[in-house]
Amino acid sequence: MTGAMTDPLLSVRDLVVEFPTRRGTLRALDRVSFDIMPGEVLGMVGESGAGKSITGASIIGLIEPPGRIAGGEIRLKGERIDNLRPEAMRKVRGRRIGMVFQDPLTSLNPLYTVAQQLIETIRTHMDVSEAEARKRAVALLDRVGIPAAARRIDDYPHHFSGGMRQRVVIALALCAEPELVIADEPTTALDVSVQSQIIEVLKDICAERGAAVMLITHDMGVIAETADRVAVLYAGRMAEIGPVREVITDALHPYTAGLMGSIPTLTQESDRLVQIPGAMPRLHAIPPGCAFNPRCEKAFAPCRETRPELMDRGNGREVACWLYDTVATGGMRNA
Amino acid sequence: MIAFIIRRLLQSVIVMIAVAAVSFALFRFVGDPIYSMLGQEASISDREELRDRLGLNDPIVVQFARFLGNAAQGDFGISYRLQMPVAELILQRLPATMELALVSATLAFVTGLGLGVYTALRRRGILSNIIMTASLIGVSLPTFLIGVLLIWVFAVELRWLPSNGRGAVVQIGNWWTTGFLTTSGRLALILPAITLGLYQMTLIMRLVRAELLEVLRTDYIKFARARGLSARAVNFGHALKNTLVPVITITGLQLGSIIAFAIITETVFNWPGVGALFINSVRFVDVPVMSAYLMMIALIFVVINLIVDLLYYAVDPRLRVDRAARSH
Repeated sequence: MTGAMTDPLLSVRDLVVEFPTRRGTLRALDRVSFDIMPGEVLGMVGESGAGKSITGASIIGLIEPPGRIAGGEIRLKGERIDNLRPEAMRKVRGRRIGMVFQDPLTSLNPLYTVAQQLIETIRTHMDVSEAEARKRAVALLDRVGIPAAARRIDDYPHHFSGGMRQRVVIALALCAEPELVIADEPTTALDVSVQSQIIEVLKDICAERGAAVMLITHDMGVIAETADRVAVLYAGRMAEIGPVREVITDALHPYTAGLMGSIPTLTQESDRLVQIPGAMPRLHAIPPGCAFNPRCEKAFAPCRETRPELMDRGNGREVACWLYDTVATGGMRNA
Repeated sequence: MIAFIIRRLLQSVIVMIAVAAVSFALFRFVGDPIYSMLGQEASISDREELRDRLGLNDPIVVQFARFLGNAAQGDFGISYRLQMPVAELILQRLPATMELALVSATLAFVTGLGLGVYTALRRRGILSNIIMTASLIGVSLPTFLIGVLLIWVFAVELRWLPSNGRGAVVQIGNWWTTGFLTTSGRLALILPAITLGLYQMTLIMRLVRAELLEVLRTDYIKFARARGLSARAVNFGHALKNTLVPVITITGLQLGSIIAFAIITETVFNWPGVGALFINSVRFVDVPVMSAYLMMIALIFVVINLIVDLLYYAVDPRLRVDRAARSH
């Protein structure tokens, strides 16, 4: 907390999410901490099962039972939201935190027109008349790039293409003017040709309204183009956080370095993509010490014994890796 | 939309002709009508004369065409047993069956829907588990046993409700009689309506529950929650409406079965409806009544199916193809 310019919009501290199962309790998230600043785009990357979506779901308070938050806290503008009563949390959802889901084909209720869904959401959170809500809805649809919005608003979701539906979903997530938008793989289900348009719309409209974005994806290309900072999750733990440019060009954590190496580029000479050997451990079989140590080329003694905590490396960069601990390395290596 | 209705109407006509063929076949396979009509003592020449007069020596196709023509005009011949026009017999007894079916279908639908929604929303509640277990009993007990049990408890032991008959009825118009307007008529309806509707109610309840649980897991429900809509709007607005399409289908078909299977309930409660008429006709091999009953039930099923298809249109906009074509 040395000379923070502004207070974070969202602050997640030591978040633990557990799923009780017959074979014991699984830790989907294990002491995850990060901040999102007002108006910032934070990219959240990691493999499938690393806990990206669970992080989003816990922030908005919609973890599927029997999953539950077992520790830590989530603060929105300093106010704790992880332990709010259901009715109070409902008022946060949509109004202060919006969410965009992965599949636009299944995100919209097929039996209601776009207008009905937008107006219902606006009027749930804001004290405006039906006509005023409709006016706002049309303006918003127009803004997210639906042609002839005033006419199309009375169509049903199945009248729209996948890309157009995702624009509608974005309009729905933003219609009550939230301060934070969680976008959970918003382009994964879309054609490659419309992916960048959707990201563009999402980014621009949030920038206009000063809304921060937590962009969950496994597409490093999207992160590189869109995010201000990037957080890397591995097996439910935070591996590294930092400004996106630095993390991409100079990854600190060996796992991040492997991830960046697996991005295909046109300029690269090599015919083969770099692969990280092995697979991410399953949640019930996370090794002691650093979760990444069995796959890590640089692993040494402490990595197999004690879990590394996030360490501040300056310039807003943090990494959880023993390579950067001067005591652990004991001068053996130059980190 | 209109093309769709016309197509469905044509299909319905084909179904009705097929059922008519079966009804018609009854006359040829369930005994010889000449024997039934003239009895043992008639001479062979009398029989031949009657056979000729009734047109039974004509080719089958001609007889069938005649049968169809008559049936289309509501003429199903004369009952062998009661010597009355069959159409008149059925119309006389139809109000009793219709009122019973209407009351038990409403009962089954309303309580089935309510309990289904409740058990789906309070999935782990104690009361939900009790209801679900009780519903298993409802599904597995045979109708006549439920009827007899209800009679034993409420009519014999407690003496609260009548055990048989329709009570006093009021004549409305030329051919409708109703039990709704008298106290004894209403009381008499209760036990048979519960007996007839119990199975349908448990079925609808289990269907609503299963469908609603399915819908509650969908992405659009998660998204509706993530937008901060109230639990009421999510559960009853967004989720329930999406469970209605399959529920409408089953409920519609069940309404048909309620009318068709009223036979057992009407027998147990000595209810003066078409089901009891049918049972007696079977006992006395009264073929015209049997065949007319068969066609009536088929017609009811066909009409209900048509209505169900039209309701789909009302509920699910994805089926309104012409509108989609216009807006693209």
